[in-house]
Amino acid sequence: MKEEFNIISNLIEENTRVLDVGCGNGDLMKFLQENKTKDIRGLEISKEKVQNCLSKGLTVIEGNAESDLKQFPKSSFDYVILSQTLQAFLNPELVINELLKVGKKVIVTIPNFGYWRVRLQLLFKGTMPVTENLPHEWYNTPNLHMCTIKDFYNFCSSKNIKIFKSIALKKSRISEINKSNLNYKNLDSHLGIFLIES
Amino acid sequence: MNKNIDTKKIIISNPLKLDCGKEINNFPIAYETYGELNSEKSNAILVFHALTGDQYVSGKNPITNKDGWWNYVVGENKPIDTNKFFVICANVIGGCMGSYGPSTINESTGKQIGTDFPIITINDMVNAQYELIKYLEIEKLFAVVGGSMGGMQVLQFVANFPDKAKLAIPIACTSSHSAQNIAFNELGRQAIMADSKWENGFYSNYKLNPDKGLAVARMAAHITYLSEKGLQEKFGRKLQDRDSLRYGFEADFQIESYLRYQGSVFVDRFDANSYLYITRAMDYFDLSKQYKGNLSDAFKETKTKFFVISFTSDWLYPTSENREIVIALNSIGADVGFVEIESDKGHDSFLLDVPSFLKTLGDYINSTYKVINERRI
Repeated sequence: MKEEFNIISNLIEENTRVLDVGCGNGDLMKFLQENKTKDIRGLEISKEKVQNCLSKGLTVIEGNAESDLKQFPKSSFDYVILSQTLQAFLNPELVINELLKVGKKVIVTIPNFGYWRVRLQLLFKGTMPVTENLPHEWYNTPNLHMCTIKDFYNFCSSKNIKIFKSIALKKSRISEINKSNLNYKNLDSHLGIFLIES
Repeated sequence: MNKNIDTKKIIISNPLKLDCGKEINNFPIAYETYGELNSEKSNAILVFHALTGDQYVSGKNPITNKDGWWNYVVGENKPIDTNKFFVICANVIGGCMGSYGPSTINESTGKQIGTDFPIITINDMVNAQYELIKYLEIEKLFAVVGGSMGGMQVLQFVANFPDKAKLAIPIACTSSHSAQNIAFNELGRQAIMADSKWENGFYSNYKLNPDKGLAVARMAAHITYLSEKGLQEKFGRKLQDRDSLRYGFEADFQIESYLRYQGSVFVDRFDANSYLYITRAMDYFDLSKQYKGNLSDAFKETKTKFFVISFTSDWLYPTSENREIVIALNSIGADVGFVEIESDKGHDSFLLDVPSFLKTLGDYINSTYKVINERRI
């Protein structure tokens, strides 16, 4: 988690306006507030988590990204962050489009379904993968649309979404993803972090 | 009602132009304060009361001898902690706890003003209370807070005075009274006016009181403050002090007895004409109309932070209406937080012991106060 926060924080310029979509208990918001910018908002679907955030004095709105991002004006945030939640939406493509409208830049992080540990479970055990990063069973997972780093990379190219930076994370090792190492990074990383723009 | 108890009161000498076109001056505003104003005058919170509330937010209400209406929220070590904050609450104009209202005595006639009192609006109430803030020499409030009609005043206050509050917390309210809201208020008013003792609003001249009508108004309104689930759980079909139905029109059911009691205690503390005037003010409230149909424009000038709160079982001012405020604020990039609190207690949730509401509200106010203070340093 800490590594992911650091990477996200390094992608953000100081004193900019940030929206954290699916902000959970506000840990990333707090982290960014202390390190980067005071001007940060959150959107979260769970009442309990929204209350936790508000209790910490964080500005969070209870709402659903699929229906509630519309209310924000175009380009009203310098950065919109979607940390490990894209796979949980009914319609990830719509959400990405909404994020790109609301934010000048968008940071998306993806638990990589192409990671070799994940692949091995399906290959050898023949069961849906359960890992540290993806702890749910098939019958109770909130993750409706799992994808791989490569899937997201290809998605961006096919939709003409500009990738400014793409970073792979394995344990605490950080590396850049590019066209030539894409297959390898897709196999060897548990998390992908993308800075994109429409 | 205006009983002879020493209420804190100021006389506003500045003329106040009302929305109805009339002008009032030299009129009283009754208020109460709790806690101490700090030397920087940075810890003041203005609380706005709802339809039947008054200035006695906390502690004992000296007139009714009952607990203050927001005792769960305001007081020592409460969510709005009076050890830390200076809390101000004024009786709205049109009210009957000492502020200028229909039960105020007209000095030239020695009689109550009655329905000669001008129609007032939420805007007028807020403008009158602003005079109190000026009198208290508070340049900027830390927060304006209120539920229901109090929430409407919060919205109107920020729209009228965009740089006078750092934080605004409208709770369980709306930016415009719906047809259903107006309908229930009209029911209450008709109940009062149908009482033969109302005498077109001049009942006090005849030493009368339309208490039956006012009690019915209160009973009907009280139902709208609860939820179906809450009512069912609390009362169900339970009988009142009897084992079987009596086959008559006495209060067989506990819910009947409860409503009758609510009606009867209300008439002892509230003036029927005030009920007419204040419900009218609520019905006339339509903030977006004041800004040519664009609610966002009401808040365009402000840097005030907002925190909007609604309750799941509130069908009088439902979450969807509270959310419209959030949407309007978001669409101009204002700083707004929002949560819908889970509660079975209906619209009244904001007045009651709803732990997740009290905790979230208290934590939010305290941490925001800290953040704002730290920033200043």
